[in-house]
Amino acid sequence: MTTRAGAAPAPPRSGLAGVPTAPVDVTLTKKEFTSDQEVRWCPGCGDYAVLAAVQGFLPELGLRRENIVFVSGIGCSSRFPYYLDTYGMHSIHGRAPAIATGLATAREDLSVWVVTGDGDALSIGGNHLIHAMRRNVNLTILLFNNKIYGLTKGQYSPTSDVGAVTKSTPAGSVDHPFNPVSLAIGAEATFVARTMDSDRAHLTEVLRAAAAHRGTALVEIYQNCPIFNDGAFQLLKDKDQAEARIAHLRAGEPVRVGSGELAQVVVRERSGRLGVVPEHEVTRSQQVLVHDPHDPDPSAAFALSRLDDPSMQHMPMGIFRQVDRPTYDDAVRAQVDAAVTSAGTVVSLDTLLRGRDTWTVDGTRPGEVEQTLEGEVTDGPIAAAGDALVEEADEVAGADGPRTE
Amino acid sequence: MTDMSTTPLTQLDRVVIRFAGDSGDGMQLTGDRFTSDTAALGNDLSTLPNFPAEIRAPQGTLPGVSSFQVHFADHDVATPGDAPDVLVAMNPAALKANLADLPRGGTLIVNADEFSRRNLAKVGYAANPLEDGSLTGAGYHLHALPLTSMTVEALAPFTTLTRKEKERAKNMLALGLLSWLYSRDTAGTEAFLQAKFGGAPEILEANLTALRAGHAYGETTEDFAVRYQVAPAAMPPGTYRTITGNQALALGLVAASERAGLPLVLGSYPITPASDILHQLSTLKRHGVTTLQAEDEIAAVGMALGASFGGALGVTTTSGPGLALKSETIGLAVATELPLVVVDIQRGGPSTGLPTKTEQADLLQAMYGRNGESPVAVVAAQSPTDCFDAAIEAVRIATTYRTPVILLSDGYLGNGSEPWNVPSSADLPDLTVTFATEPNDLDDEGRPVFHPYRRDEATLARPWAIPGTPGLEHRIGGIEKADVTGHISYDPDNHDRMVRLRQAKIDRIADTLPPLQVDDPTGEARVLVLGWGSTYGPIAAATRLVRATGAHVARAHLRHLNPLPADLGDLLRRYDRVVLPEMNLGQLALLLRGRYLVDVHSHTAVRGLPFTAAELAQVLHEHLLALAAQEVPV
Ligand SMILES: Cc1ncc(C[n+]2csc(CCOP(=O)(O)OP(=O)(O)O)c2C)c(N)n1
Ligand code: SF4
Ligand SMILES: [Mg+2]
Repeated sequence: MTTRAGAAPAPPRSGLAGVPTAPVDVTLTKKEFTSDQEVRWCPGCGDYAVLAAVQGFLPELGLRRENIVFVSGIGCSSRFPYYLDTYGMHSIHGRAPAIATGLATAREDLSVWVVTGDGDALSIGGNHLIHAMRRNVNLTILLFNNKIYGLTKGQYSPTSDVGAVTKSTPAGSVDHPFNPVSLAIGAEATFVARTMDSDRAHLTEVLRAAAAHRGTALVEIYQNCPIFNDGAFQLLKDKDQAEARIAHLRAGEPVRVGSGELAQVVVRERSGRLGVVPEHEVTRSQQVLVHDPHDPDPSAAFALSRLDDPSMQHMPMGIFRQVDRPTYDDAVRAQVDAAVTSAGTVVSLDTLLRGRDTWTVDGTRPGEVEQTLEGEVTDGPIAAAGDALVEEADEVAGADGPRTE
Repeated sequence: MTDMSTTPLTQLDRVVIRFAGDSGDGMQLTGDRFTSDTAALGNDLSTLPNFPAEIRAPQGTLPGVSSFQVHFADHDVATPGDAPDVLVAMNPAALKANLADLPRGGTLIVNADEFSRRNLAKVGYAANPLEDGSLTGAGYHLHALPLTSMTVEALAPFTTLTRKEKERAKNMLALGLLSWLYSRDTAGTEAFLQAKFGGAPEILEANLTALRAGHAYGETTEDFAVRYQVAPAAMPPGTYRTITGNQALALGLVAASERAGLPLVLGSYPITPASDILHQLSTLKRHGVTTLQAEDEIAAVGMALGASFGGALGVTTTSGPGLALKSETIGLAVATELPLVVVDIQRGGPSTGLPTKTEQADLLQAMYGRNGESPVAVVAAQSPTDCFDAAIEAVRIATTYRTPVILLSDGYLGNGSEPWNVPSSADLPDLTVTFATEPNDLDDEGRPVFHPYRRDEATLARPWAIPGTPGLEHRIGGIEKADVTGHISYDPDNHDRMVRLRQAKIDRIADTLPPLQVDDPTGEARVLVLGWGSTYGPIAAATRLVRATGAHVARAHLRHLNPLPADLGDLLRRYDRVVLPEMNLGQLALLLRGRYLVDVHSHTAVRGLPFTAAELAQVLHEHLLALAAQEVPV
């Protein structure tokens, strides 16, 4: 755990702190979280499995159902909120993180979830995604990555591999893809994980940790789109293949791929790079990497995220990074609360409206005025004490020379 | 300070002074302080700051000129004045940039120290206009004073200050001199300096010394044959302050949030000339105000809408380019029928346009700048102080009708200031909001259910059921929703019905609007001059000029642009001619012609500056003549 001196107050709190829990005599089940809306994904779509996992997991949080909100963008995956009987907003393409930021900041008592696709989050909404993670808003973001635009019927996306032949890239995509986990770590995310639609147990375990994390939790979910990008993750689903490829990230343990004779481990080479070598061939110049998602330094987590490549030779799954940092919404609320309480007596609206510099016109003697100078009514200084002469004061007057484009 | 002057006093009923100098000369502050001291004296007034888009353009150049015009009078004032009576020019660039606006016979107070050969050359003066007789020859009353060296001399005892630092106080010296010349008390400015530089006694004293030196110079010099007095205006009793439009707008939002019982959440991205509202609101946390500086305008409005969904008063502030970015989210707010206030402080466009200049060319963007049939309420502020009332009205409509409201102000209103008769909070409208807490319908089997699109019969507003309310869990979004139930619906008839319902809801707003006020004192007018937004002041002043010639003209001004007031059509048809000045190419005229089939005569200018009263008076005279000519039998 890392707390910074002078930074926002509280020691790390649960991501769910402040959200009212359900009465003890009420046991919510998957059924209560299932809305009456007919689910409209294509048969076999990976979204079904994720929905079932989430519906099955939510009761475990023990929260009041009405205090849970799902906000989504646009895409097949973004239909998600309609199928959950919580509050929800199916918003517009790419903007869910911004909308959720406003909601989560305004309402400490809500558990706010974002559902987004690879196109929604990383193309049109890339800016909002990185800024939500940088700010560390208390949100759980489920990024459904099917490496394709599903809803618009099969164009390549920012996670599609180079060479991907899609509706809009008949000769193969020439765009270099994003690795969402690397992006999130680079964008200062405090919780970054990867999981898969078909591994319900793993998905649930990651969701549990994500929900408990206070701050932005980015969960990349590999999701199969059988219609436009079928089999994109087949290598990770086929049991034998998966065993040889998936590196399960577990805090405090070496990062291992495969088992038995074929087991490989992630090592740090003398050069500082990570390598994957057969476990029994580790040399003295190589240091077996012990996974530490809580390491304040993100470089090991980032290096792990780079092990994955289009061939899916080594695919780390699980929680890459999980560190504590004050959240944006807590800090914003703390400033407002502090201003409200430090005002001591409530500053009346009338005092605010009158401001510092008033005069009165007395009805009995037209034109007679009396000037009063009152105390400041803003909580910021009206003017920082300047060390320069009056030129500086133009900033106070607020008019001379705003930069303007 | 006590007055020792022996210079004779002349009474004036109104004066317009323009302070002009380099951006670094502190002209905005000088103007601001002169304004405050003038307000304290009881004059009515109106101001117009005018500054370059660059923070610090190269010193002494024409693009670097910054000016501040203040019009004050012993009667009520509608505009910052068409042209200055007095021009204070702190350098050759300021003189060159502003001289054309000073009518012959006007007074020129010039800082002669700055008229070096180098500074003259920078702005293309071949000869020194202070010396070549061109100014006096043209009939100006020229006072060429060494303001810089007088300042340095006055500050000689301040041994720790460098010469450069001393020179910077020259605006205080100029302010002191002008205060003497127009008999203003500088107590307010002294108190201001005390508050600002209380922590730096040396600097405080230097500023006060320069201010007093300017005043003392006036008392002793023979350069000015007369000084002037402008008596207080007869203003309605009350507590007054001066306020800019942007400040008033920010306070209006806070007042409305308190009256509505909703915490104010502002999502904003900095942009001139709207940023001051963000700045101001960020200092008002003690009033429960949350300000979020977003990564862009799209996020800013998204944050506001997210906050509204959560039951806060979601507001976003911007200017034209930002409004363009917010379009899609405003459409989402139309579809989700959530309250949202979008403030557009208009500036010159298109694109980056004229960031620091004013314009009214976003009206059609506000009305129609979204995909689909996407009606929103549009209201406009008409004067700096009216920005307060306009903000309250925007919040009233947004919360009552659960709709986005676009509030149009502009750079002229935002930065301009005037005295404000501060209202008492008790006199502000009660905007109390009730959230839905109970099921509002029965399902097919007769069980109570919540239907998010079951509307209020009077307003057609849908219930505002905020997350955290048990039993009312529901999903909203941009996909078309079935009437009443709010489920996704692609049904053709349902879509047709929902499009019409959303329009009807906006139209219903007109039911609550007061009758239009028409200013037609004699009832004999046959020409109506109609306006919206910041043309209010210039139109009022122009109307006065026209009436002073004995002609009749009626005047009305629109607060509500969508929906238009129910009685507007009749009003337009009552007059033989309707004249509509706008700082765009006729956007409202287009709407009115389409809606009422009335031949509205548009008068337009897009110069980045407000209309002058004289220009509009001329236009009105022309229309009066044209109307008279029509009746001459041929
Ligand atoms: C402003 C805007 N541009 C484009 C679209 C069309 N559009 C809808 S979803 C989508 C891509 C969705 O891809 P992704 O986020 O990967 O979601 P998926 O359908 O694969 O789950 C696009 C381009 C839109 N709805 N809005
Ligand atoms: S197109 Fe693909 S992602 Fe979309 S619903 Fe069908 S299978 Fe799922
Ligand atoms: Mg996708």
